[in-house]
Amino acid sequence: MAVELDVFVGNTTIMDEEVYQLWLDGYTVNDAVKVRMEGGVMEECEASADVLLSDTMDQYRTFQMCERLLHSPAKLANQLLFQIPPNRQAILIERYYAFDDAFVREVLGKKLSKGTKKDLDDIGAKTGVTLKSCRRQFDNFKRVFKVVEELKGPLVENIRQHFLLSDKLARDYAAIVFFANNRFETGKRKLQYLTFQDFAFCAGQLINNWTVGAVDNMVEDMDVDLDKEFLQELKELKILITDKDLLDQHKSLVCTALRGKTKAFNEMEANFKNLSRGLINIAAKLTNTKDVRDFFIDLVEKFIEPCRSDRWTAADMKLYLTHYTNSAHILDTFKHQVVWDRYMGVIKSCIFKMYHD
Amino acid sequence: MPGKLKARIVAGRHLPVMDRASDLTDAFVEVKFGNTTFKTDVCPKSLNPQWNSEWFKFEVDDEDLQDEPLQVTVLDHDTYSANDAIGKVYIDIDPLLCSEAASVISGWFPIYDTIHGIRGEINVLVKVELFNDLNRFRQSSCGVKFFCTTSIPRCYRAAMVHGFVEELVVNEDPEYQWIDRIRTPRASNEARQRLISLMSGELQRKIGLKVLEMGGNAVVGYLQCFDLEGESGLVVRAIGTACTLDKLSSGSAPNTNTHMPVFGEDLLSSSGPPTPFRALPTSSSSPPPFSPSKPCSRQSSSSDTDLSLTPKTVTIISKNPLVKSLCTVSDTAVFFYLQEFPFFTLTSFPPGFLVHVGGVVSARSVKLLDRIHNPDEPETRDAWWEEIRQEIKSHAKALGCHAVVGYSESTSICEEVCILSASGTAAILNPRYMLQLGLEADGRWCVLFSRFEEPSPPSCGFCHIPYDELNMPFPAQLTYCYHCRRQKVPDVLFTTIDLPPEAAVTGKGCLIQARLCRLKKKAQGEVNATAISNLLPFMEYELHTQLMNKLKLRSMNALFGLHIQISVGENMLLGLASATGVYLTALPAPGGIQIAGKTPGDLSNEQHILTIQKRINDTIAKNKELYQINPPELTEEVVGSPIPDPRQRSRLFRSHSESSDEVSELDLSHGKKDAFVLEIDDTDAVEDIHSLLTDAPTPTGFYSCNTEVMPGIYNWTSGVQMFTSVRVLRLSNANLTNQGLNKIFTDLCENLLKSFYFKLRSMIPCCLCRLNFTVAVPEEELIQVAVTAVAMTFDKDQTQEKPAEKAITKGLSVSSLDRSSPLPEGRSRSLRSNRSFAGGSVTVVKMTPLSFLPGTRIIKYLGIINMFFIRETSSLREEGGVSGFLHSFIAEVFAMVRAHVAALGGNAVVSYSMKECVFMENPNKNQAQCLINVSGDAVICVRETDQEPIPSMTNIGQTCTSGTDGAT
Repeated sequence: MAVELDVFVGNTTIMDEEVYQLWLDGYTVNDAVKVRMEGGVMEECEASADVLLSDTMDQYRTFQMCERLLHSPAKLANQLLFQIPPNRQAILIERYYAFDDAFVREVLGKKLSKGTKKDLDDIGAKTGVTLKSCRRQFDNFKRVFKVVEELKGPLVENIRQHFLLSDKLARDYAAIVFFANNRFETGKRKLQYLTFQDFAFCAGQLINNWTVGAVDNMVEDMDVDLDKEFLQELKELKILITDKDLLDQHKSLVCTALRGKTKAFNEMEANFKNLSRGLINIAAKLTNTKDVRDFFIDLVEKFIEPCRSDRWTAADMKLYLTHYTNSAHILDTFKHQVVWDRYMGVIKSCIFKMYHD
Repeated sequence: MPGKLKARIVAGRHLPVMDRASDLTDAFVEVKFGNTTFKTDVCPKSLNPQWNSEWFKFEVDDEDLQDEPLQVTVLDHDTYSANDAIGKVYIDIDPLLCSEAASVISGWFPIYDTIHGIRGEINVLVKVELFNDLNRFRQSSCGVKFFCTTSIPRCYRAAMVHGFVEELVVNEDPEYQWIDRIRTPRASNEARQRLISLMSGELQRKIGLKVLEMGGNAVVGYLQCFDLEGESGLVVRAIGTACTLDKLSSGSAPNTNTHMPVFGEDLLSSSGPPTPFRALPTSSSSPPPFSPSKPCSRQSSSSDTDLSLTPKTVTIISKNPLVKSLCTVSDTAVFFYLQEFPFFTLTSFPPGFLVHVGGVVSARSVKLLDRIHNPDEPETRDAWWEEIRQEIKSHAKALGCHAVVGYSESTSICEEVCILSASGTAAILNPRYMLQLGLEADGRWCVLFSRFEEPSPPSCGFCHIPYDELNMPFPAQLTYCYHCRRQKVPDVLFTTIDLPPEAAVTGKGCLIQARLCRLKKKAQGEVNATAISNLLPFMEYELHTQLMNKLKLRSMNALFGLHIQISVGENMLLGLASATGVYLTALPAPGGIQIAGKTPGDLSNEQHILTIQKRINDTIAKNKELYQINPPELTEEVVGSPIPDPRQRSRLFRSHSESSDEVSELDLSHGKKDAFVLEIDDTDAVEDIHSLLTDAPTPTGFYSCNTEVMPGIYNWTSGVQMFTSVRVLRLSNANLTNQGLNKIFTDLCENLLKSFYFKLRSMIPCCLCRLNFTVAVPEEELIQVAVTAVAMTFDKDQTQEKPAEKAITKGLSVSSLDRSSPLPEGRSRSLRSNRSFAGGSVTVVKMTPLSFLPGTRIIKYLGIINMFFIRETSSLREEGGVSGFLHSFIAEVFAMVRAHVAALGGNAVVSYSMKECVFMENPNKNQAQCLINVSGDAVICVRETDQEPIPSMTNIGQTCTSGTDGAT
């Protein structure tokens, strides 16, 4: 006796959110049934294992049939095959495009190429995410990347409109696209302590302040590429470390402001020149693509690590950077205030975000 | 040339990529009607082409308009080779031919290919201009409305019910023509789809002609079926009930105060209906000029049985038109009056329409199919059906009835053997209604009389026996009616109709199924047919016994919506009987089930019997609680056995005294009632009892029934989920016994139900309504069960007490009724959900096998939906195996139905049914094919509260209907 064929089709497509999640997580039908049994759904409705298996298979089939539509979510709204209420459609899409932070952390900044795709099984093994789920997430990144690559206008808005995602998720995708495009290094051991959300925040800062889109909002790739002119202008900031007078002046201004306000004052004073050199050198080198890639590792090595070894608190960090930025405005001979603000604004918020254990 | 058909192709979207090189498509469209074809320009390199074509105009006969569908083919232009077809859309023009239905068809249709399924969508506009044609000899029947609904459609009133109409047309099946060997599967499928579409158009036109001849304007309860007879051909047949319907405009909706009393009088006086009496006496004196028995030219192929539909003896009614009492109609005159049109495909009637119900009548006949040589002379098939109908008629007569209601016909074919089945419910109808059937504006049958008085006799009238007590057609225990105490009622009542609205029911009902498998030897021709014929009576008997036992086990006494299907396969017969069991207050309480052993001396055996008996008693007690069956025990005992009137009172008195003598006497009577003593004499009986007890109860929060709605549930909320489920089981074990098979079959059905409950658990509290099981034996070792049903949510708080009771306790002013009723809340919830659904760019189309959607009013019927699709694949594995293949096909069928309804301007399909689902597979060749036929009524419905003055009316109607129940 074998069930040869078993289907259930509702006029309104029936989808169980729990099963959907299991499907997205790459569980096989049998594993999904096990998980559901352990979840106690059987007692809920006096069901048997057979019923559960049949239901899970039905749902998996439905999801597979829907998957094609989920690849271009706008189609889901005007297709005729499945009658799905709009609120359900939104859930389906949002969940389909959701990703595991552990997984995305691994591929962040990597080229979304076939080569990376081949490494997915390693990533899967490392993060505990099933290969199937890894593939879906990777393909999602790639799909979003490809679509927005050719579009004009603000990145987050484009993603949200094309893939009908929530604002939060659209921002995360913008970060992923931005990182993939600029190939930021995120995998080094020293960067391991940073979460995806740390990077996503920084990406948001960079997109909003350092890209072409920050000044002109109708060019292609405006939010994906950094503003070349700005990067060029950043070289001018070197004066802050090359001009001995300026450097000393800057230091004394900062130290005056900080004195007595923090326990770490001595370390700050001792390290000022070193730290300032670190930040300014990062700025000056950003015209090189290679150095752009190392932006985050440089921030950690040249600034965060020294501070951490001196046991600065987060408050110390905030205080120091605020005064460091503001004091530059008082320097008479320093003429690059606009560039300085644009640079330090982002650096400040990035370091605040990244300064944790 | 009385019609002009106009079509415009607007645009396409989501087209498939036809040119691999460019990943694009150069699409154009061919629009074909009859032999005329138009083409649009090619829209190069686009998957979302905009054609914006001119209006293509076809000048055609209205006869063709009825028969032919508009055929829209989307193709990919190819400069060097032949153009590739992307897919087709068939658009049925029929709804446009009726002034009251749709005026334009406009919308996105899925482009369908029989090999690839849905491939994108196309936006089409269709209009029809009809010229008036007064030719009396015309062959078309434009304007006759068709309804699948088996009650008078809501928003109409029946001015007159004319009676039964039937027709069948036959043709060769293109799949079996010689040309099929050389053409592609696609061409063959399309030929078949087209032919069936043509045949159903023709059939509908012919039935329409008959209706016009009878003076009607509509067919209600239209049931069309296909018989795929294989080599011997293709039969499309239909039955229905011809009516004259008047549209109730919402403006003229009757208002509570004036109408209530008037309605009652309307029923009594046959004078003054808007469509007056239709000169019936004249038609009896001089036969109508176009009687169906003398058909004109093209009608030669029509199938007129000599069940002449023209009421010939109708004069009698005018002599005897005023039968006063509803309960005492037993005039022979009435009998004669209805004799000539005894079949009604309707299953639901206005209160008082059914005077008495006799019971289920059914007939089956086994036939050997032979090739239909001349499609224009389908006489054999006609004769077969005529034979069956005559038999049904004589059964009804034996039950003392003159009419058969809830009538349906079906076939089961295996190779060259065909079982024809017909069944219905014998009944005596109230002659007054033959002249005028009134319907309330809100579409509910309203009991408008005496809402606060004593319940009137008719609420139990239909239970009273129509036959002569001294000359009973079958052995039955008669008792005095528990309701009126005046007339005799049987101990159990089986019917094929829905529960009459006036019926008083105790507790809730439930789905009851009897399932049976019988092995038979493989054989050919006559031998095979004889073997099957010999098996049939045994199967019917066993199914009946099972039903009876299960009914008693649930402590119920009546079955409604009984449908018995017997399906034939090469080496087995499957029987499935489904019905909704209820406890009719007017009928006696069923006795228990007693187990008796054959060998009383055997002690261990006795012990065994005792345990079984205990289990059965426990189950009965549990079921009573589950279905809330608490009839007043005292009265039950009092009139428990047939006793003459005068003694009643004293009996009642004596039973109070509780003397030991009396108790024993009561026990005896209890035993006597108990017609079902099960004897455990062999393994068979043990199996039977076992299977009786293994039916799993429905989980908490669920109810199920196969009738329109569940007796005992009144307050539906707006949650509706229609579904279709198909399961095929492969029997691996070659040497199975009947018992083994029975178990497998029972488990299959039970597991299906369990699956439904599980899947729909988020809708709790909810009821599965119109559970329609269809069984088939597609191959030697396969059993197929297809189910279509609808799950509907209801308000839990109100199930315990009926709205009427609540209303009574809260006072009776209309306004307070309105507020205290749970319905408005439920409906306002539906408002919100509807609005949010409508947010999408695709119209939400609800589908239901019922004749209504809870919380809504149907304001317009747009026409009948009758669609036939074939899907085939030669890459079964790639499409996800058989399940994947069928899953997407069913989803596609739903999508196409919804698209057609939306294009007609509708937002729902009522009375939806899947009448055919033929699935064939050949896994070795990686192939499968499936045929699906669905039908229903496209409608526009609005939330009940959207209509200005009506809602309060509705609530009152509801309250009244249930008021009689509540008072019992």
